[in-house]
Amino acid sequence: MDESRSDWPLYEIFIRAKSGLDHKHVGSLHATDARMALEHARDLYTRRQEGVSIWAVRSADIVASDPADSDVFFEPARDKIYRHPTFYDIPDEVKTL
Amino acid sequence: MYTQGLDSLGKDCLRDEGRDSSALESRFQARVDAEEKVEAKDWMPEAYRRTLVRQISQHAHSEIVGMLPEGNWITRAPSLKRKTILIAKVQDEGGHGAYLYSAAETLGVARAELVDQLLAGKAKYSSIFNYPTPTWADVGAIGWLVDGAAIMNQIPLCRCSYGPYARAMVRICKEESFHQRQGYEIMLRLSRGSEAQRAMAQAALDRWWWPSLMMFGPSDNESKHSAQSMRWKIKRFSNDELRQKFVDTTVPQADYLGLKVPDPELAWDEAQQHYRFGAIDWREFEQVLAGEGPCNRERIEARRKAHADGRWVREAAAAWAHKQARASSRAA
Amino acid sequence: MTPQVRYVLRLADSNLVLAQRLGEWVGHAPALEEDLGLANVSLDLLGQARLLLGHAGELEGKGRGEDQLAYLREESEYFNLTLVEQPNGDFGDTIVRQFLFDAWQLGLYEALSGSSDATLAAISAKGAREAAYHLRYSGGWLVRLGDGTAESHARVAHSLAVLWPYTNELFHDDGVDRAVANSGIGVLPSTLAARWTTRVDEAIEHATLARPAASGFGWYGKQGRHSEHLGYLLAEMQSLHRAHPGATW
Repeated sequence: MDESRSDWPLYEIFIRAKSGLDHKHVGSLHATDARMALEHARDLYTRRQEGVSIWAVRSADIVASDPADSDVFFEPARDKIYRHPTFYDIPDEVKTL
Repeated sequence: MYTQGLDSLGKDCLRDEGRDSSALESRFQARVDAEEKVEAKDWMPEAYRRTLVRQISQHAHSEIVGMLPEGNWITRAPSLKRKTILIAKVQDEGGHGAYLYSAAETLGVARAELVDQLLAGKAKYSSIFNYPTPTWADVGAIGWLVDGAAIMNQIPLCRCSYGPYARAMVRICKEESFHQRQGYEIMLRLSRGSEAQRAMAQAALDRWWWPSLMMFGPSDNESKHSAQSMRWKIKRFSNDELRQKFVDTTVPQADYLGLKVPDPELAWDEAQQHYRFGAIDWREFEQVLAGEGPCNRERIEARRKAHADGRWVREAAAAWAHKQARASSRAA
Repeated sequence: MTPQVRYVLRLADSNLVLAQRLGEWVGHAPALEEDLGLANVSLDLLGQARLLLGHAGELEGKGRGEDQLAYLREESEYFNLTLVEQPNGDFGDTIVRQFLFDAWQLGLYEALSGSSDATLAAISAKGAREAAYHLRYSGGWLVRLGDGTAESHARVAHSLAVLWPYTNELFHDDGVDRAVANSGIGVLPSTLAARWTTRVDEAIEHATLARPAASGFGWYGKQGRHSEHLGYLLAEMQSLHRAHPGATW
């Protein structure tokens, strides 16, 4: 299914629960554009009035520090926040998950 | 729970990952033992990662498929209040699926790929959703029993060693208690209603009791891998412990409804302070898991259709976003 | 039935029927996020319907509550716009139907926030905020589909052509409308046309679509004369409730 590779990129969502508090990371979602990301975030993360402000950032745009441990034996140092799918380019023949 | 310890660890978990990793593994285990949370980019044994991807994705798939047996009563709900509550509940379930796919993605697998596996029939999800909901009372029974069983498993998972999964579970648990209460309230109204309503409720309990007990998965002495999952604090209680707790909690609730649990061997053991209950027919469980349950085909077909019918929509949205991005980079 | 009761029922019924249609999508939308988005609109409309039905029942004074009104009236007693009872079709059909309705409802609620009927004014004020969000949602999708791929453009152009004739009814004034407008309770539908046309034309252009030609045919769902679709919709919606007269759920 080629289409499933098409771009609904991952966005990280940060919500400010109420005035005076910081934005807090609540999770991620898929969207094609910024406006959709905000609408999806509203529907996904504020159904119970848990927010007054939403930030949506493309996951790929976030840069992160290395994990505190230097035990990155099997991972070359990368500055992205997840073991992101795009880092795994497993050939189709090998897909036996 | 929604994973039922189905095949929690693949064969590879027992493969020796090499001498060099043993120091890393013992350091990892020490962190887990100290109740430290493991986060996305921390070193972790490959088997730990694989186990979590399977468990979390199975849980996510269960939420998504779970929208269908109840969703099919939205258009026929017998009051506007019930309709409202049911839409909200099913919407929550979709939301839970989304939180869980997000958690799984932190481990290096794309949601699209997980969905492909589900639609190809290669991924497992909780067997409970392969049963039909022929009456309105089934909606009540699902909320009361199925969500009740889920809560029993999910609360300990809030303390799972993997941070993103634990946090998703905290969010889910906050929303889940509403689900169980609405189910029980439906059953209460039915059991106190007309003779026809009471009979509807009893029939639903008769249908959902045993499948709900099966949700907890086979006895742990059947499962070689429970021990490893417990050591990694992915699993916090045994299947049998949780099942017993569920029975002990739920039987009094059935009594309060004036409904009879369909188990002639059910009896309170005063000495042990537990309910003794009858033997589970695991053949049914295996059949349903193998795809031969009453609704397996229908559930997957419904998901396939939604996915296929929606392809042009997803493509359009992606195409539009690309156009906007190109236009703005030209303008820049 | 007084014009006022009938008017309020018209608003209630359009919300209820459209909420019912959107409820059919849950679990079957093109993406998980749209399951949530459509469910959100459905819940908002259902909430508005319940408030409006309650208000209509009170005005009527015959003891009919929201469920009696929703589950025990037949097609000819339902006063929703014919547009909203049209089947869901594909996602494009649903979005076009939603967009045409949202653009109308926002203008209507904005105007009704000044109604001399205080309850209606309050419901409308809240409803306007929800309608604004719905319009943003449906308008956003209209543009994505219209200006997405060649396939999506063709599909949604077709949806627009098929649904366009049902928009005549949105701005048709009848005796009930005139009565409530005179008393300050309601607004004349024709007064909403200009604003709607501007909003819709703007979105259609943005979506690289073309406004379909006007159709002469009139639809009168708001007078209880419906298309064939309402019968099936009500049969499904009402069957369980009707099978157990007097039961509580």
